Amino acid sequence: MKVERPGRLRGPARDRWAVLVLPALVFLVVFFLAPLVTMSIRSITDPPNAGLSNYTEFFGQDANLRALRNTFWIAFLSTLTCLLIGYPYAYLMTIVPGRVAGLLLIGVLLPFWSSLLVRTFAWQVILRDTGVINTFLLDLGLISEPLTLIRTTGGVIIGMSHILLPFMVLPMYAVMRRIDPEFGRAAANLGATPSAAFLRVFVPLSLPGVLAGCLLVFVLALGFYITPALLGGLRDQMISQLIVDEIQQALDWGSASAMAVLLMAVTFAFLFVASRFVHLRDVFGSAVEE
Amino acid sequence: MTESWRQPRRLLMAALGALTVFYLLAPTLVIIPMSFTEASIMSFPPEGFSLQWYERMFTDRQWSSGMVNSLEVAVLTAILATVLGTLAALGLTRGRFPGRNIVNAIALTPLIVPVVIIAIGMFSLFVQWRISGSLLGLVLAHTALALPFVIVNVGTSLRTMDRNLELAAANLGADPRRTFMRITLPIILPGVLAGAIFSFITSWDEVVVAIFLTTARFRTLPVEMWEQVRQVVDPTVAAVSTTLLLVTTVLLLLLLVVRRQAPAR
Repeated sequence: MKVERPGRLRGPARDRWAVLVLPALVFLVVFFLAPLVTMSIRSITDPPNAGLSNYTEFFGQDANLRALRNTFWIAFLSTLTCLLIGYPYAYLMTIVPGRVAGLLLIGVLLPFWSSLLVRTFAWQVILRDTGVINTFLLDLGLISEPLTLIRTTGGVIIGMSHILLPFMVLPMYAVMRRIDPEFGRAAANLGATPSAAFLRVFVPLSLPGVLAGCLLVFVLALGFYITPALLGGLRDQMISQLIVDEIQQALDWGSASAMAVLLMAVTFAFLFVASRFVHLRDVFGSAVEE
Repeated sequence: MTESWRQPRRLLMAALGALTVFYLLAPTLVIIPMSFTEASIMSFPPEGFSLQWYERMFTDRQWSSGMVNSLEVAVLTAILATVLGTLAALGLTRGRFPGRNIVNAIALTPLIVPVVIIAIGMFSLFVQWRISGSLLGLVLAHTALALPFVIVNVGTSLRTMDRNLELAAANLGADPRRTFMRITLPIILPGVLAGAIFSFITSWDEVVVAIFLTTARFRTLPVEMWEQVRQVVDPTVAAVSTTLLLVTTVLLLLLLVVRRQAPAR
Protein backbone atom coordinates (compact mmCIF):
# COMPACT_ATOMS: atom_id res chain seq x y z
CA MET A 1 0.00 0.00 0.00
CA LYS A 2 1.44 3.35 -0.97
CA VAL A 3 1.61 6.00 1.71
CA GLU A 4 0.06 9.33 0.82
CA ARG A 5 2.87 11.57 -0.29
CA PRO A 6 3.24 15.21 0.73
CA GLY A 7 2.67 16.01 -2.93
CA ARG A 8 -0.90 16.48 -1.90
CA LEU A 9 0.03 19.88 -0.56
CA ARG A 10 0.72 21.01 -4.08
CA GLY A 11 -2.98 21.46 -4.51
CA PRO A 12 -6.17 19.52 -4.69
CA ALA A 13 -6.00 19.32 -8.52
CA ARG A 14 -3.93 16.13 -8.46
CA ASP A 15 -6.46 14.16 -6.50
CA ARG A 16 -9.24 15.09 -8.85
CA TRP A 17 -7.79 12.44 -11.16
CA ALA A 18 -9.42 9.92 -8.85
CA VAL A 19 -12.83 11.02 -10.11
CA LEU A 20 -11.99 9.63 -13.55
CA VAL A 21 -11.59 6.17 -12.08
CA LEU A 22 -15.07 6.18 -10.58
CA PRO A 23 -17.19 5.22 -13.62
CA ALA A 24 -15.12 2.11 -14.38
CA LEU A 25 -14.87 1.22 -10.70
CA VAL A 26 -18.61 1.50 -10.14
CA PHE A 27 -19.20 -0.47 -13.34
CA LEU A 28 -16.94 -3.32 -12.25
CA VAL A 29 -18.36 -3.39 -8.73
CA VAL A 30 -21.96 -3.59 -9.97
CA PHE A 31 -21.61 -5.81 -13.03
CA PHE A 32 -18.58 -7.91 -12.14
CA LEU A 33 -17.94 -8.10 -8.39
CA ALA A 34 -21.59 -8.13 -7.32
CA PRO A 35 -22.34 -11.24 -9.43
CA LEU A 36 -19.35 -13.03 -7.87
CA VAL A 37 -20.37 -12.03 -4.36
CA THR A 38 -24.03 -13.02 -4.78
CA MET A 39 -22.89 -16.33 -6.25
CA SER A 40 -20.66 -16.93 -3.22
CA ILE A 41 -23.56 -16.14 -0.90
CA ARG A 42 -25.82 -18.42 -2.88
CA SER A 43 -23.46 -21.33 -2.23
CA ILE A 44 -24.52 -21.26 1.47
CA THR A 45 -28.13 -20.08 1.13
CA ASP A 46 -29.45 -22.28 -1.70
CA PRO A 47 -31.38 -24.37 -0.68
CA PRO A 48 -32.40 -22.15 2.28
CA ASN A 49 -30.26 -22.69 5.37
CA ALA A 50 -27.87 -24.79 3.30
CA GLY A 51 -24.92 -23.69 5.39
CA LEU A 52 -21.89 -25.66 4.32
CA SER A 53 -23.94 -28.62 3.09
CA ASN A 54 -23.23 -27.84 -0.57
CA TYR A 55 -19.52 -28.05 0.19
CA THR A 56 -19.68 -31.24 2.25
CA GLU A 57 -21.84 -32.88 -0.41
CA PHE A 58 -19.31 -31.91 -3.05
CA PHE A 59 -16.50 -33.71 -1.28
CA GLY A 60 -18.76 -36.67 -0.57
CA GLN A 61 -19.12 -37.67 -4.21
CA ASP A 62 -16.48 -39.64 -6.07
CA ALA A 63 -17.40 -38.13 -9.44
CA ASN A 64 -16.67 -34.65 -8.10
CA LEU A 65 -13.36 -35.67 -6.60
CA ARG A 66 -12.40 -37.30 -9.88
CA ALA A 67 -13.21 -34.07 -11.73
CA LEU A 68 -11.10 -32.15 -9.23
CA ARG A 69 -8.19 -34.55 -9.76
CA ASN A 70 -8.66 -34.31 -13.54
CA THR A 71 -8.62 -30.53 -13.36
CA PHE A 72 -5.25 -30.42 -11.60
CA TRP A 73 -3.77 -33.23 -13.68
CA ILE A 74 -4.81 -31.74 -17.02
CA ALA A 75 -3.69 -28.28 -15.95
CA PHE A 76 -0.35 -29.73 -14.89
CA LEU A 77 0.18 -31.68 -18.13
CA SER A 78 -0.81 -28.66 -20.24
CA THR A 79 1.64 -26.48 -18.32
CA LEU A 80 4.41 -29.03 -18.80
CA THR A 81 3.68 -29.35 -22.53
CA CYS A 82 3.64 -25.58 -22.98
CA LEU A 83 6.93 -25.28 -21.10
CA LEU A 84 8.64 -27.94 -23.23
CA ILE A 85 7.47 -26.34 -26.49
CA GLY A 86 7.55 -22.73 -25.32
CA TYR A 87 11.01 -22.51 -23.75
CA PRO A 88 13.00 -23.31 -26.92
CA TYR A 89 10.65 -21.05 -28.88
CA ALA A 90 11.09 -18.07 -26.54
CA TYR A 91 14.84 -18.68 -26.52
CA LEU A 92 14.86 -18.78 -30.31
CA MET A 93 13.08 -15.42 -30.37
CA THR A 94 15.95 -13.88 -28.39
CA ILE A 95 18.77 -15.13 -30.62
CA VAL A 96 17.40 -14.56 -34.12
CA PRO A 97 17.65 -11.20 -35.95
CA GLY A 98 14.96 -8.65 -35.11
CA ARG A 99 12.80 -9.23 -38.17
CA VAL A 100 12.62 -12.98 -37.67
CA ALA A 101 11.86 -12.39 -33.99
CA GLY A 102 9.01 -10.14 -35.10
CA LEU A 103 7.61 -12.90 -37.28
CA LEU A 104 7.94 -15.43 -34.46
CA LEU A 105 6.10 -12.97 -32.21
CA ILE A 106 3.28 -12.68 -34.75
CA GLY A 107 3.21 -16.48 -34.82
CA VAL A 108 2.34 -16.32 -31.12
CA LEU A 109 0.06 -13.28 -31.15
CA LEU A 110 -2.14 -14.28 -34.08
CA PRO A 111 -3.44 -17.45 -32.43
CA PHE A 112 -3.53 -15.64 -29.07
CA TRP A 113 -6.16 -13.29 -30.48
CA SER A 114 -8.14 -15.75 -32.57
CA SER A 115 -11.26 -17.43 -31.33
CA LEU A 116 -10.75 -20.19 -28.79
CA LEU A 117 -13.90 -21.90 -30.03
CA VAL A 118 -12.72 -21.89 -33.65
CA ARG A 119 -9.34 -23.28 -32.68
CA THR A 120 -10.88 -26.02 -30.57
CA PHE A 121 -13.27 -26.82 -33.41
CA ALA A 122 -10.27 -27.07 -35.73
CA TRP A 123 -8.71 -29.67 -33.42
CA GLN A 124 -11.97 -31.55 -33.37
CA VAL A 125 -11.92 -31.67 -37.17
CA ILE A 126 -8.30 -32.81 -37.16
CA LEU A 127 -8.48 -35.41 -34.40
CA ARG A 128 -11.86 -37.08 -34.86
CA ASP A 129 -12.29 -40.57 -36.32
CA THR A 130 -13.11 -39.21 -39.77
CA GLY A 131 -10.73 -36.30 -39.27
CA VAL A 132 -7.69 -35.04 -41.10
CA ILE A 133 -5.10 -37.22 -39.36
CA ASN A 134 -7.08 -40.47 -39.52
CA THR A 135 -8.14 -39.96 -43.13
CA PHE A 136 -4.56 -39.29 -44.08
CA LEU A 137 -3.18 -42.34 -42.31
CA LEU A 138 -5.97 -44.59 -43.62
CA ASP A 139 -5.38 -43.40 -47.20
CA LEU A 140 -1.69 -44.16 -46.85
CA GLY A 141 -2.58 -47.61 -45.57
CA LEU A 142 -0.55 -47.09 -42.40
CA ILE A 143 -3.51 -47.97 -40.22
CA SER A 144 -6.54 -50.13 -40.95
CA GLU A 145 -8.94 -48.50 -38.53
CA PRO A 146 -9.06 -44.99 -37.10
CA LEU A 147 -6.92 -44.15 -34.08
CA THR A 148 -8.79 -42.86 -31.06
CA LEU A 149 -7.45 -39.33 -30.81
CA ILE A 150 -10.52 -37.40 -29.75
CA ARG A 151 -12.40 -37.91 -26.47
CA THR A 152 -9.08 -38.70 -24.79
CA THR A 153 -6.94 -36.92 -22.23
CA GLY A 154 -4.27 -36.61 -24.90
CA GLY A 155 -6.70 -34.77 -27.16
CA VAL A 156 -7.53 -32.31 -24.38
CA ILE A 157 -3.82 -31.69 -23.67
CA ILE A 158 -3.05 -31.10 -27.36
CA GLY A 159 -5.89 -28.61 -27.73
CA MET A 160 -5.30 -26.80 -24.44
CA SER A 161 -1.53 -26.51 -24.93
CA HIS A 162 -2.17 -25.06 -28.37
CA ILE A 163 -4.38 -22.37 -26.86
CA LEU A 164 -2.23 -21.71 -23.80
CA LEU A 165 1.20 -21.68 -25.48
CA PRO A 166 1.20 -17.89 -26.10
CA PHE A 167 0.65 -17.31 -22.36
CA MET A 168 3.81 -19.34 -21.71
CA VAL A 169 5.93 -17.77 -24.43
CA LEU A 170 5.15 -14.09 -23.82
CA PRO A 171 6.27 -13.80 -20.16
CA MET A 172 9.34 -15.97 -20.83
CA TYR A 173 10.32 -13.87 -23.83
CA ALA A 174 9.86 -10.68 -21.80
CA VAL A 175 12.44 -11.93 -19.29
CA MET A 176 14.83 -13.62 -21.74
CA ARG A 177 15.27 -10.63 -24.00
CA ARG A 178 16.51 -8.59 -21.06
CA ILE A 179 19.30 -11.08 -20.33
CA ASP A 180 22.57 -9.46 -21.32
CA PRO A 181 24.48 -11.58 -23.89
CA GLU A 182 27.68 -10.29 -22.24
CA PHE A 183 27.06 -12.78 -19.45
CA GLY A 184 27.33 -15.59 -21.95
CA ARG A 185 30.54 -14.19 -23.37
CA ALA A 186 31.93 -13.79 -19.87
CA ALA A 187 31.14 -17.42 -19.12
CA ALA A 188 32.88 -18.47 -22.35
CA ASN A 189 35.93 -16.40 -21.49
CA LEU A 190 36.07 -18.14 -18.16
CA GLY A 191 36.23 -21.44 -20.00
CA ALA A 192 32.61 -22.59 -20.02
CA THR A 193 31.49 -24.72 -22.94
CA PRO A 194 28.47 -23.32 -24.81
CA SER A 195 26.09 -25.79 -23.21
CA ALA A 196 27.55 -25.12 -19.76
CA ALA A 197 27.15 -21.38 -20.31
CA PHE A 198 23.57 -21.95 -21.38
CA LEU A 199 22.69 -24.22 -18.47
CA ARG A 200 24.58 -22.40 -15.72
CA VAL A 201 24.01 -18.79 -16.81
CA PHE A 202 21.15 -18.34 -19.24
CA VAL A 203 18.70 -20.84 -17.76
CA PRO A 204 18.95 -19.55 -14.16
CA LEU A 205 18.51 -15.97 -15.36
CA SER A 206 15.41 -16.97 -17.33
CA LEU A 207 13.73 -18.66 -14.36
CA PRO A 208 11.54 -15.71 -13.33
CA GLY A 209 9.99 -15.82 -16.81
CA VAL A 210 9.56 -19.58 -16.61
CA LEU A 211 7.84 -19.24 -13.25
CA ALA A 212 5.56 -16.48 -14.52
CA GLY A 213 4.65 -18.43 -17.66
CA CYS A 214 3.95 -21.66 -15.78
CA LEU A 215 1.83 -19.84 -13.23
CA LEU A 216 -0.21 -18.08 -15.89
CA VAL A 217 -0.79 -21.23 -17.94
CA PHE A 218 -1.62 -23.39 -14.93
CA VAL A 219 -4.09 -20.93 -13.44
CA LEU A 220 -5.81 -20.33 -16.77
CA ALA A 221 -5.92 -24.07 -17.47
CA LEU A 222 -7.76 -24.73 -14.20
CA GLY A 223 -10.80 -22.86 -15.52
CA PHE A 224 -10.99 -24.31 -19.04
CA TYR A 225 -14.42 -25.32 -20.25
CA ILE A 226 -14.87 -25.28 -24.04
CA THR A 227 -11.79 -27.29 -24.96
CA PRO A 228 -12.25 -30.24 -22.57
CA ALA A 229 -15.97 -30.27 -23.43
CA LEU A 230 -15.27 -30.69 -27.16
CA LEU A 231 -12.06 -32.73 -27.13
CA GLY A 232 -12.32 -34.76 -23.93
CA GLY A 233 -14.27 -37.86 -23.02
CA LEU A 234 -16.56 -38.32 -20.05
CA ARG A 235 -13.60 -39.47 -17.98
CA ASP A 236 -11.72 -36.23 -18.65
CA GLN A 237 -14.41 -33.97 -17.17
CA MET A 238 -12.98 -30.88 -15.55
CA ILE A 239 -14.53 -28.89 -12.74
CA SER A 240 -15.87 -26.19 -15.07
CA GLN A 241 -17.89 -28.79 -16.95
CA LEU A 242 -19.40 -30.02 -13.68
CA ILE A 243 -20.38 -26.47 -12.79
CA VAL A 244 -22.14 -25.94 -16.13
CA ASP A 245 -23.88 -29.34 -15.97
CA GLU A 246 -25.03 -28.61 -12.45
CA ILE A 247 -26.81 -25.48 -13.70
CA GLN A 248 -27.99 -26.52 -17.16
CA GLN A 249 -29.04 -30.07 -16.32
CA ALA A 250 -29.56 -30.41 -12.57
CA LEU A 251 -30.60 -26.76 -12.07
CA ASP A 252 -28.79 -26.98 -8.76
CA TRP A 253 -27.55 -23.45 -8.19
CA GLY A 254 -26.38 -24.13 -4.67
CA SER A 255 -23.88 -26.84 -5.49
CA ALA A 256 -22.82 -25.13 -8.73
CA SER A 257 -22.05 -21.99 -6.75
CA ALA A 258 -20.13 -23.99 -4.16
CA MET A 259 -17.98 -25.57 -6.88
CA ALA A 260 -17.41 -22.16 -8.43
CA VAL A 261 -16.30 -20.75 -5.08
CA LEU A 262 -13.91 -23.70 -4.66
CA LEU A 263 -12.43 -23.18 -8.13
CA MET A 264 -12.08 -19.47 -7.46
CA ALA A 265 -10.45 -20.15 -4.08
CA VAL A 266 -7.95 -22.56 -5.63
CA THR A 267 -7.13 -20.04 -8.36
CA PHE A 268 -6.55 -17.22 -5.90
CA ALA A 269 -4.57 -19.47 -3.55
CA PHE A 270 -2.13 -20.26 -6.36
CA LEU A 271 -1.87 -16.61 -7.32
CA PHE A 272 -1.32 -15.62 -3.70
CA VAL A 273 1.53 -18.09 -3.23
CA ALA A 274 2.99 -17.09 -6.58
CA SER A 275 2.75 -13.38 -5.80
CA ARG A 276 5.57 -13.90 -3.29
CA PHE A 277 7.89 -14.92 -6.13
CA VAL A 278 6.76 -12.96 -9.17
CA HIS A 279 5.16 -9.59 -9.75
CA LEU A 280 1.59 -10.52 -10.73
CA ARG A 281 0.93 -7.29 -12.55
CA ASP A 282 3.86 -8.01 -14.86
CA VAL A 283 2.64 -11.55 -15.45
CA PHE A 284 -0.80 -10.49 -16.57
CA GLY A 285 0.42 -7.25 -18.10
CA SER A 286 2.74 -9.12 -20.45
CA ALA A 287 -0.22 -11.14 -21.65
CA VAL A 288 -2.45 -8.22 -22.57
CA GLU A 289 0.02 -5.70 -23.93
CA GLU A 290 1.74 -5.74 -27.34
CA MET B 1 31.49 -12.47 -32.65
CA THR B 2 31.23 -15.68 -30.74
CA GLU B 3 28.20 -15.71 -28.57
CA SER B 4 28.87 -18.72 -26.46
CA TRP B 5 25.32 -19.87 -25.80
CA ARG B 6 24.16 -19.01 -29.27
CA GLN B 7 26.58 -21.19 -31.15
CA PRO B 8 25.55 -24.80 -31.60
CA ARG B 9 22.63 -26.64 -33.01
CA ARG B 10 21.40 -23.75 -35.10
CA LEU B 11 19.68 -26.07 -37.53
CA LEU B 12 17.93 -27.95 -34.77
CA MET B 13 16.67 -24.68 -33.29
CA ALA B 14 15.42 -23.46 -36.66
CA ALA B 15 13.59 -26.74 -37.21
CA LEU B 16 12.08 -26.56 -33.74
CA GLY B 17 10.95 -22.99 -34.36
CA ALA B 18 9.38 -23.85 -37.70
CA LEU B 19 7.63 -26.83 -36.17
CA THR B 20 6.24 -24.72 -33.34
CA VAL B 21 4.94 -22.06 -35.72
CA PHE B 22 3.33 -24.88 -37.67
CA TYR B 23 1.70 -26.20 -34.50
CA LEU B 24 0.49 -22.70 -33.62
CA LEU B 25 -0.94 -21.73 -37.00
CA ALA B 26 -1.63 -24.75 -39.18
CA PRO B 27 -4.47 -26.41 -37.24
CA THR B 28 -6.59 -23.27 -37.39
CA LEU B 29 -5.86 -22.74 -41.08
CA VAL B 30 -7.14 -26.23 -41.93
CA ILE B 31 -10.66 -24.86 -41.47
CA ILE B 32 -10.40 -22.30 -44.25
CA PRO B 33 -10.18 -24.59 -47.34
CA MET B 34 -12.86 -26.79 -45.81
CA SER B 35 -15.33 -23.90 -45.91
CA PHE B 36 -15.16 -23.86 -49.73
CA THR B 37 -16.05 -27.51 -50.24
CA GLU B 38 -18.73 -28.72 -52.65
CA ALA B 39 -19.52 -31.74 -50.52
CA SER B 40 -22.04 -31.60 -47.71
CA ILE B 41 -19.62 -32.99 -45.15
CA MET B 42 -16.34 -31.52 -44.04
CA SER B 43 -13.34 -33.34 -45.42
CA PHE B 44 -9.72 -32.57 -46.01
CA PRO B 45 -8.60 -32.01 -48.68
CA PRO B 46 -11.93 -30.45 -49.68
CA GLU B 47 -13.78 -31.51 -52.82
CA GLY B 48 -14.25 -28.93 -55.56
CA PHE B 49 -14.95 -25.28 -54.90
CA SER B 50 -18.16 -23.56 -53.95
CA LEU B 51 -19.39 -20.60 -51.97
CA GLN B 52 -22.63 -22.30 -50.99
CA TRP B 53 -21.74 -22.46 -47.28
CA TYR B 54 -21.09 -18.73 -47.20
CA GLU B 55 -24.37 -18.16 -49.01
CA ARG B 56 -26.03 -20.34 -46.41
CA MET B 57 -24.41 -18.38 -43.60
CA PHE B 58 -25.72 -15.08 -44.96
CA THR B 59 -29.22 -16.33 -45.84
CA ASP B 60 -30.01 -18.72 -43.00
CA ARG B 61 -31.96 -16.77 -40.40
CA GLN B 62 -30.18 -18.23 -37.37
CA TRP B 63 -26.67 -17.65 -38.71
CA SER B 64 -27.31 -14.21 -40.16
CA SER B 65 -29.08 -12.86 -37.10
CA GLY B 66 -26.24 -14.32 -35.03
CA MET B 67 -23.77 -12.32 -37.07
CA VAL B 68 -25.73 -9.10 -36.72
CA ASN B 69 -26.10 -9.64 -32.98
CA SER B 70 -22.38 -10.35 -32.60
CA LEU B 71 -21.44 -7.19 -34.48
CA GLU B 72 -23.81 -5.05 -32.44
CA VAL B 73 -22.60 -6.44 -29.12
CA ALA B 74 -18.93 -6.11 -30.12
CA VAL B 75 -19.25 -2.52 -31.37
CA LEU B 76 -21.16 -1.37 -28.29
CA THR B 77 -18.73 -3.21 -26.02
CA ALA B 78 -15.77 -1.58 -27.73
CA ILE B 79 -17.28 1.89 -27.30
CA LEU B 80 -18.32 1.46 -23.67
CA ALA B 81 -15.10 -0.29 -22.59
CA THR B 82 -12.89 2.26 -24.37
CA VAL B 83 -14.61 5.25 -22.75
CA LEU B 84 -14.68 3.76 -19.25
CA GLY B 85 -11.20 2.25 -19.59
CA THR B 86 -9.51 5.38 -20.95
CA LEU B 87 -10.92 7.53 -18.15
CA ALA B 88 -9.84 4.95 -15.58
CA ALA B 89 -6.35 4.68 -17.06
CA LEU B 90 -5.97 8.48 -16.86
CA GLY B 91 -7.05 8.45 -13.24
CA LEU B 92 -4.83 5.51 -12.34
CA THR B 93 -1.65 6.76 -14.01
CA ARG B 94 -1.97 10.44 -13.13
CA GLY B 95 -3.71 10.35 -9.78
CA ARG B 96 -2.16 9.72 -6.38
CA PHE B 97 -5.00 8.71 -4.13
CA PRO B 98 -5.55 6.16 -1.38
CA GLY B 99 -6.88 2.85 -2.66
CA ARG B 100 -5.24 3.22 -6.05
CA ASN B 101 -3.59 -0.19 -5.79
CA ILE B 102 -6.88 -1.81 -4.88
CA VAL B 103 -8.57 -0.25 -7.91
CA ASN B 104 -5.66 -1.46 -10.03
CA ALA B 105 -6.16 -4.99 -8.72
CA ILE B 106 -9.93 -4.90 -9.30
CA ALA B 107 -9.36 -3.68 -12.84
CA LEU B 108 -7.29 -6.78 -13.61
CA THR B 109 -9.45 -9.43 -11.89
CA PRO B 110 -11.69 -10.09 -14.93
CA LEU B 111 -8.57 -11.61 -16.53
CA ILE B 112 -7.93 -13.91 -13.60
CA VAL B 113 -11.28 -15.33 -12.52
CA PRO B 114 -12.22 -18.40 -14.59
CA VAL B 115 -14.74 -17.34 -17.18
CA VAL B 116 -17.24 -20.06 -16.28
CA ILE B 117 -17.50 -18.57 -12.80
CA ILE B 118 -17.99 -15.08 -14.21
CA ALA B 119 -20.65 -16.49 -16.52
CA ILE B 120 -22.80 -18.18 -13.89
CA GLY B 121 -22.38 -15.29 -11.44
CA MET B 122 -23.61 -12.81 -14.02
CA PHE B 123 -26.35 -15.15 -15.21
CA SER B 124 -27.68 -15.55 -11.68
CA LEU B 125 -27.83 -11.81 -11.03
CA PHE B 126 -28.77 -10.62 -14.53
CA VAL B 127 -31.81 -12.89 -14.50
CA GLN B 128 -33.02 -11.14 -11.36
CA TRP B 129 -32.37 -7.76 -12.99
CA ARG B 130 -34.23 -8.92 -16.10
CA ILE B 131 -31.34 -8.10 -18.43
CA SER B 132 -30.31 -11.69 -19.18
CA GLY B 133 -30.97 -12.71 -22.77
CA SER B 134 -30.81 -9.11 -23.95
CA LEU B 135 -28.38 -7.03 -25.95
CA LEU B 136 -27.86 -4.75 -22.95
CA GLY B 137 -26.98 -7.61 -20.59
CA LEU B 138 -24.39 -9.09 -22.93
CA VAL B 139 -22.79 -5.70 -23.67
CA LEU B 140 -22.43 -5.02 -19.94
CA ALA B 141 -20.91 -8.47 -19.38
CA HIS B 142 -18.46 -8.19 -22.27
CA THR B 143 -17.48 -4.67 -21.22
CA ALA B 144 -16.41 -6.02 -17.83
CA LEU B 145 -14.25 -8.64 -19.59
CA ALA B 146 -12.76 -6.08 -22.00
CA LEU B 147 -11.96 -3.29 -19.51
CA PRO B 148 -8.56 -4.67 -18.41
CA PHE B 149 -7.29 -4.60 -22.00
CA VAL B 150 -8.18 -0.92 -22.40
CA ILE B 151 -6.82 0.09 -18.99
CA VAL B 152 -3.49 -1.69 -19.55
CA ASN B 153 -2.96 -0.42 -23.11
CA VAL B 154 -3.97 3.19 -22.49
CA GLY B 155 -2.02 3.12 -19.22
CA THR B 156 1.13 2.10 -21.10
CA SER B 157 0.65 4.92 -23.61
CA LEU B 158 0.19 7.42 -20.79
CA ARG B 159 3.24 6.28 -18.85
CA THR B 160 5.52 6.46 -21.88
CA MET B 161 4.37 9.85 -23.18
CA ASP B 162 6.38 13.01 -22.62
CA ARG B 163 4.44 15.06 -20.10
CA ASN B 164 6.45 18.19 -20.89
CA LEU B 165 4.24 18.58 -23.95
CA GLU B 166 1.25 19.02 -21.65
CA LEU B 167 3.13 21.49 -19.47
CA ALA B 168 4.11 23.45 -22.56
CA ALA B 169 0.49 23.62 -23.72
CA ALA B 170 -0.60 24.74 -20.27
CA ASN B 171 2.11 27.39 -20.17
CA LEU B 172 0.95 28.65 -23.53
CA GLY B 173 -2.45 29.23 -22.01
CA ALA B 174 -4.43 26.10 -22.92
CA ASP B 175 -6.96 25.07 -20.30
CA PRO B 176 -6.89 21.43 -19.11
CA ARG B 177 -9.66 20.32 -21.44
CA ARG B 178 -8.00 21.88 -24.46
CA THR B 179 -4.64 20.41 -23.43
CA PHE B 180 -6.22 16.98 -23.23
CA MET B 181 -8.05 17.17 -26.56
CA ARG B 182 -5.21 18.75 -28.53
CA ILE B 183 -2.13 17.22 -26.91
CA THR B 184 -2.74 14.20 -24.69
CA LEU B 185 -5.44 12.44 -26.67
CA PRO B 186 -3.63 12.54 -30.04
CA ILE B 187 -0.49 11.16 -28.39
CA ILE B 188 -2.21 8.28 -26.60
CA LEU B 189 -4.57 7.59 -29.50
CA PRO B 190 -2.70 4.44 -30.65
CA GLY B 191 -3.12 3.00 -27.15
CA VAL B 192 -6.79 3.95 -27.10
CA LEU B 193 -7.35 2.37 -30.52
CA ALA B 194 -5.52 -0.76 -29.42
CA GLY B 195 -7.81 -0.94 -26.41
CA ALA B 196 -10.87 -0.50 -28.64
CA ILE B 197 -9.74 -3.21 -31.06
CA PHE B 198 -8.92 -5.65 -28.25
CA SER B 199 -12.32 -4.94 -26.69
CA PHE B 200 -14.07 -5.61 -29.97
CA ILE B 201 -12.21 -8.90 -30.44
CA THR B 202 -12.81 -9.95 -26.82
CA SER B 203 -16.55 -9.60 -27.37
CA TRP B 204 -16.56 -10.93 -30.94
CA ASP B 205 -14.91 -14.22 -29.93
CA GLU B 206 -16.44 -14.62 -26.46
CA VAL B 207 -18.55 -17.72 -26.02
CA VAL B 208 -18.80 -18.94 -22.41
CA VAL B 209 -20.51 -15.92 -20.86
CA ALA B 210 -22.60 -15.56 -24.02
CA ILE B 211 -23.82 -19.17 -23.72
CA PHE B 212 -25.46 -18.22 -20.43
CA LEU B 213 -26.61 -14.70 -21.24
CA THR B 214 -28.24 -15.45 -24.61
CA THR B 215 -31.44 -17.28 -25.55
CA ALA B 216 -32.67 -19.02 -28.68
CA ARG B 217 -34.19 -15.69 -29.73
CA PHE B 218 -31.02 -13.67 -29.18
CA ARG B 219 -27.81 -15.51 -29.99
CA THR B 220 -24.35 -14.42 -31.04
CA LEU B 221 -22.33 -16.11 -33.77
CA PRO B 222 -20.00 -18.05 -31.43
CA VAL B 223 -22.96 -19.34 -29.38
CA GLU B 224 -24.75 -20.44 -32.55
CA MET B 225 -21.55 -22.19 -33.54
CA TRP B 226 -21.23 -23.82 -30.12
CA GLU B 227 -24.76 -25.19 -30.42
CA GLN B 228 -23.87 -26.66 -33.83
CA VAL B 229 -20.44 -28.18 -33.20
CA ARG B 230 -21.83 -30.50 -30.57
CA GLN B 231 -24.23 -32.00 -33.11
CA VAL B 232 -23.84 -32.99 -36.75
CA VAL B 233 -21.62 -30.43 -38.37
CA ASP B 234 -22.14 -29.18 -41.91
CA PRO B 235 -19.50 -27.01 -43.60
CA THR B 236 -21.41 -23.82 -42.70
CA VAL B 237 -19.57 -24.01 -39.38
CA ALA B 238 -16.29 -23.85 -41.31
CA ALA B 239 -17.55 -20.78 -43.18
CA VAL B 240 -18.55 -19.17 -39.88
CA SER B 241 -15.16 -20.03 -38.37
CA THR B 242 -13.39 -18.49 -41.33
CA THR B 243 -15.50 -15.35 -40.96
CA LEU B 244 -14.71 -15.10 -37.25
CA LEU B 245 -10.99 -15.48 -37.98
CA LEU B 246 -11.08 -13.03 -40.88
CA VAL B 247 -12.62 -10.22 -38.83
CA THR B 248 -10.11 -10.72 -36.01
CA THR B 249 -7.13 -10.87 -38.37
CA VAL B 250 -8.16 -7.73 -40.27
CA LEU B 251 -8.49 -5.85 -36.99
CA LEU B 252 -5.07 -7.05 -35.79
CA LEU B 253 -3.49 -5.92 -39.07
CA LEU B 254 -5.21 -2.55 -38.62
CA LEU B 255 -3.66 -2.39 -35.17
CA LEU B 256 -0.23 -3.11 -36.66
CA VAL B 257 -0.70 -0.19 -39.06
CA VAL B 258 -1.76 2.11 -36.23
CA ARG B 259 1.30 1.10 -34.22
CA ARG B 260 3.63 1.64 -37.15
CA GLN B 261 2.36 5.16 -37.71
CA ALA B 262 2.38 6.04 -34.04
CA PRO B 263 5.91 7.51 -33.77
CA ALA B 264 5.23 9.87 -36.67
CA ARG B 265 2.62 11.77 -34.73
